[in-house]
Amino acid sequence: MRRLFRRLAVTVTAFFAMQAMAADTPPVPDTLVQRIAACTSCHGEHGEGGSNGFNPRLAGKPAGYLHRQMQDFQRGLRHYPIMEYTVGPLTDEYMREIAEYFSAQDVPYTLHDVPATSPAAMMRGEQLVTKGDAARGVPPCMACHGPNLTGVQPDIPGLVGLPYDYISAQLGSWRTNTRNTVAPDCMKTIVGRLSDADISAVSAWLAQRPVPADAHAEPAGSVSPPLRCGVLGAGT
Amino acid sequence: MSIFTRLLVALALVGAACSASADDLVARGHYLTVAGDCDSCHTARNGASFAGGHVVPTPFGAITAPNLTPDRETGLGGWTAEDFYRAMHSGKGHDGTSLYPAFPFTSYTKVTRADTDAIFAYLKTLPPVKLAPTEPALRWPYSMRSLMASWRLLYFDEGEYAPDSNQSAAWNRGAYLVQGLGHCNECHAPRNTFGAMVTDPFLAGGLVPVQNWYAPDLSMGPHGGLSGWTEADVVSLLKTGRSRKGTAFGPMADVVIRSTQHLDDADLAAMATYLKSLPERPAPRERESAADAVDLAKAGQKVYVDQCASCHAADGRGKGTAYPPLDGNSSVVEPTGINAIRIVLSGGFAPGTAANPRPYSMPPFSQSLSDDDAAAVVTYIRQAWSNKAPSVSPNDVRAYRSIPGG
Repeated sequence: MRRLFRRLAVTVTAFFAMQAMAADTPPVPDTLVQRIAACTSCHGEHGEGGSNGFNPRLAGKPAGYLHRQMQDFQRGLRHYPIMEYTVGPLTDEYMREIAEYFSAQDVPYTLHDVPATSPAAMMRGEQLVTKGDAARGVPPCMACHGPNLTGVQPDIPGLVGLPYDYISAQLGSWRTNTRNTVAPDCMKTIVGRLSDADISAVSAWLAQRPVPADAHAEPAGSVSPPLRCGVLGAGT
Repeated sequence: MSIFTRLLVALALVGAACSASADDLVARGHYLTVAGDCDSCHTARNGASFAGGHVVPTPFGAITAPNLTPDRETGLGGWTAEDFYRAMHSGKGHDGTSLYPAFPFTSYTKVTRADTDAIFAYLKTLPPVKLAPTEPALRWPYSMRSLMASWRLLYFDEGEYAPDSNQSAAWNRGAYLVQGLGHCNECHAPRNTFGAMVTDPFLAGGLVPVQNWYAPDLSMGPHGGLSGWTEADVVSLLKTGRSRKGTAFGPMADVVIRSTQHLDDADLAAMATYLKSLPERPAPRERESAADAVDLAKAGQKVYVDQCASCHAADGRGKGTAYPPLDGNSSVVEPTGINAIRIVLSGGFAPGTAANPRPYSMPPFSQSLSDDDAAAVVTYIRQAWSNKAPSVSPNDVRAYRSIPGG
């Protein structure tokens, strides 16, 4: 009798233990995507970018570039409060892992609305992107960001499929000293040679440009940057 | 072996012993700078180690932490160990001027001479960096350093830590670290109009000035901020950045990353032993909740179920080590509601530490929740389960919308 009672007790206990486990299900997935909800809630689960015009696409951008941006936010070189706050407590190895995750994502691009831009401004934008402005010492964007503007491994980001607001805000932030990086900061030099109208023109032309099929970053070493850039390992 | 050879061998041995003990002194000094979290102020973001330049914001104006590298002109190159002890112990600079208490000499005064000597020996080994100190940018009348004389008279108790012979060695070690180098009370206490920390009751929680995070009460007794925590929970939070009872964030995440995760287990256990002895607190006098708090909490429950429960669980107990419990969480029920508001708006990662190098994170809800919804869900979690904290209002949320991290 006593043994029966004991068995019953064990069975009941086991039943409640299972119930308790069931209440806790589903368990938390042990995946990077689950861990980085703070990133994906704005940039998309695959880094496809937000729909609000500001949260940029991360998918397919070279990992070296993405890692560098997180380091720059962490070191206070690039300023954007929520990003500085978010990457603040991360180890460098973890930032590298997150960068590699987004870099490896391959999802379709979306095009964003472009504000009304005069044909003359569009032409100026196209000129700056494809030919530059030698008289003002501005190299074409394509000289570094690749002939298809899809970026170059491992450190140069693509410029396609980005919203107008994001591109113009970034170019503006070099001017207002809220986006810096390791010296020499060649993008800062270039932006210093652009007028406000140039920034709008470049941003509009880049944002309206259809994304080429099979848009991927070019292989490492496929461009010869006309300026010395700290981010490309040409530090002083 | 000739006498000469013997002498040489003996000399070499003495030399090795001396340099070994000098190495020990420097290593201990380094450890103590970590325990004191010195570089969180004395190293600027992206700056050279201990070269200063980090701006410490205070309600009275900005104070830039000075250069502690041994550069003769701009750092501690001209200082002696005696000068350094005087700064730590008495809050006086090289030339005898009163230092401002943004430098927590109010806590560091407890540090022993042996320990300040070790720290000084370590600082002397750093590569000298030339970086001139920036004068404090304090508003008048606080810019008159002469006022510090009265301030010191009123608020500064000079004196090294006096061990309590009725307590264990571990308790005394913990008290020494918490009260002294750890300078925990500099955040975990309210401050008066003149920026002086309240020391009685000790570690009873307070709003961190300017940064506007609430550093909770650290009593583990009844009504304490850490009521229900075990010493193992405290050690876990300090070592890994998370515990069964809650996760470090805001300024405390930085403390864990730079300082406490690197401390010996014995020291962390000692700190927990000391905290465990803090007295119980009086039952909180509940702030009246807003008249519409019931409706607010009801609306908040819906937001909670939709947005929060998948990680923090419907019963507020969190999920494993990934997501902290909200029921009984000191940062959810702290008196102001600021911590919960800011975490809901900004989300964020648990601290990345050696023990938890790939932390889980929470999305920021600032873009998806209105002020009303955020106030509702914060009110709900402050009053659900066993929690009984006052409600927060949409105006409270609005105040923190634009300052993630801070």
